[in-house]
Amino acid sequence: MTAQTLVTATPAQVPVRRRRRFLGRGGEDRSSWGTTLTLVVCTLAVFLPLYATLTMAFKTTTQSVDGQVFSLPSPFSVDGFVQAWELTNFPRGFAISVFVTAVTVVGTVLLASFAAYAIARNWDHRFFRWSFFYLLAAMFLPFPVLALSQVKLTGMVGLANPVGVALLHVMFQLSFSVLLFTAFIRGLPEELEESARLDGATTWVVFRRIVFPMMAPMSATVAIFAFLASWNDFMMPSLITADSTLQTLPVLQSVFQTQFSSNYNVAFASYLMAMAPAIIVYLFTQRWVMSGVTQGAIK
Amino acid sequence: MVTAAPTRPAGRDVAAPLQTRTDRPRISRTFYLFLLPTLVLFTLSITLPAIMGITLSFTDSAGFGEFQFTGLTNYVALFSDPAIRSSYLFTIGFALVTVLLVNVVAFLLAVGLTAKIRAKVALRAVFVLPMVISGIVIAYVFNFLFSNSVPQLGQAVGITALEQSLLANPDLAWVTIVIVTAWQAIPSALLIYIAGILSIPAEVYEAASMDGASPLRRLVSITLPLVAGYVVINLVIGFKNFLNAYDIIVGLTNGGPGTATRSVAMTIFTGFTGGDYAYQMANATIFFLIAVVLAVVQLRLTRGRNAF
Repeated sequence: MTAQTLVTATPAQVPVRRRRRFLGRGGEDRSSWGTTLTLVVCTLAVFLPLYATLTMAFKTTTQSVDGQVFSLPSPFSVDGFVQAWELTNFPRGFAISVFVTAVTVVGTVLLASFAAYAIARNWDHRFFRWSFFYLLAAMFLPFPVLALSQVKLTGMVGLANPVGVALLHVMFQLSFSVLLFTAFIRGLPEELEESARLDGATTWVVFRRIVFPMMAPMSATVAIFAFLASWNDFMMPSLITADSTLQTLPVLQSVFQTQFSSNYNVAFASYLMAMAPAIIVYLFTQRWVMSGVTQGAIK
Repeated sequence: MVTAAPTRPAGRDVAAPLQTRTDRPRISRTFYLFLLPTLVLFTLSITLPAIMGITLSFTDSAGFGEFQFTGLTNYVALFSDPAIRSSYLFTIGFALVTVLLVNVVAFLLAVGLTAKIRAKVALRAVFVLPMVISGIVIAYVFNFLFSNSVPQLGQAVGITALEQSLLANPDLAWVTIVIVTAWQAIPSALLIYIAGILSIPAEVYEAASMDGASPLRRLVSITLPLVAGYVVINLVIGFKNFLNAYDIIVGLTNGGPGTATRSVAMTIFTGFTGGDYAYQMANATIFFLIAVVLAVVQLRLTRGRNAF
């Protein structure tokens, strides 16, 4: 709760301080333009690779190999997208990415919020307290450490497929998410839950009707991090999924490193289609993405 | 309700919601049902592979069939294996350089983005954007830029070192990995620094500027010491993450030229194909111990801020 208030307080805090400083030292108005301009120039470092992707994607194959990466497309062409669509079997890759990501997001939010509620409300009970530290221990275990045995085990139980990838994505998101949820629930007043119980509500009803709705801001943060981690992941699907026709979008992009390596417009169109969904989601959820990072680090 | 409360039996055999948590005799079974599925799945997919991996690291398993326990043979061999040594040296060196670069740039950007500037919200949104882009995909984009645009630039301005693709240069290929990793990792460090700088009370700056402290002096004497805790968090989290470098390296150099940029993660994954499955399990175990040490350091450093 403390981090939550800290983050939501931030936007309001800024104008106040700005005015105070302005009153204190009126002469600094000019320097703000200098800083602004410097930062605008720095945004080139972010935009250049993205601009290159965008402009290359809309070129014809002939223009894409002329060496002028940053020139504008002329003529404007969507051939790259058409070919990339067929070459990577985009609809299938997209569907699998959406499936893996959706299962990861829903699975992470549900499992982590259930577990965190049980832990936070029974903290003085040893079993729940130890479970918390047990789940947290996964933060010590990066995927490369477990990869060899996980690949073997998923293969043995028939999970060398997107279902297995989604399951592992959920498991690797758990410790971070349980940590965030537990801290959040501890900040929620218990009176509401207690009065609901007096009215005869079961633990499940209390969770569903009172606690889960109140956790919505934290669920949004957890969901977005699960989304980004799952949508963008390359390491796990590339190692876990045995059948290459069941690969997610990031893994499918490797096709342009071997074959078709001179059809740059096709490759870049494909890269663009793979990154676009995450960028679009980011545009709508910036606030949660930004506050989530801070909460994760400061909690 | 008021009349119902006194008639409630106070006996310990009834789950009484009115009782405080400390003397609640029984925990609702729903709480166990909430926690158990997670514990079971977690144990099967994280704990079991971890135990299996550590056990197999003491054997001569090839990943299938019969195997025998060979004690510390794998570990002894690891310490004298030049390929392992070079992958650790590369990974640790890369992580150190990257974590320094990321933190210097992120800190300066955070100072700029919390100063009195125009278009603050839009600028912040732009600088955070790289965080949401897939590492492997942006690495492919940079791969193209490093092998086409950068050599062109090198020819145009006459820097001979840049005229050949950096990716093909065994001594400099690591620089490309640092650049792309930093490009993607700066946003999260930046956001943490912004939170840190915003937590400094404005009064401190006012007092300093009344005493005639220059902006640079205020940065060095106020901002830097007051966000020191955030610097430490960023250094530890960043270093820990960069040790796992994989996606971006695959997209840029795939460990090459030769094995010049092969990270520890990539070396471990050779256990799938190279027949030295148990050997790489031992490697992964060592890598795990390093991760544990770093995690303990991280927990110690952040414990003061933690609710638990």
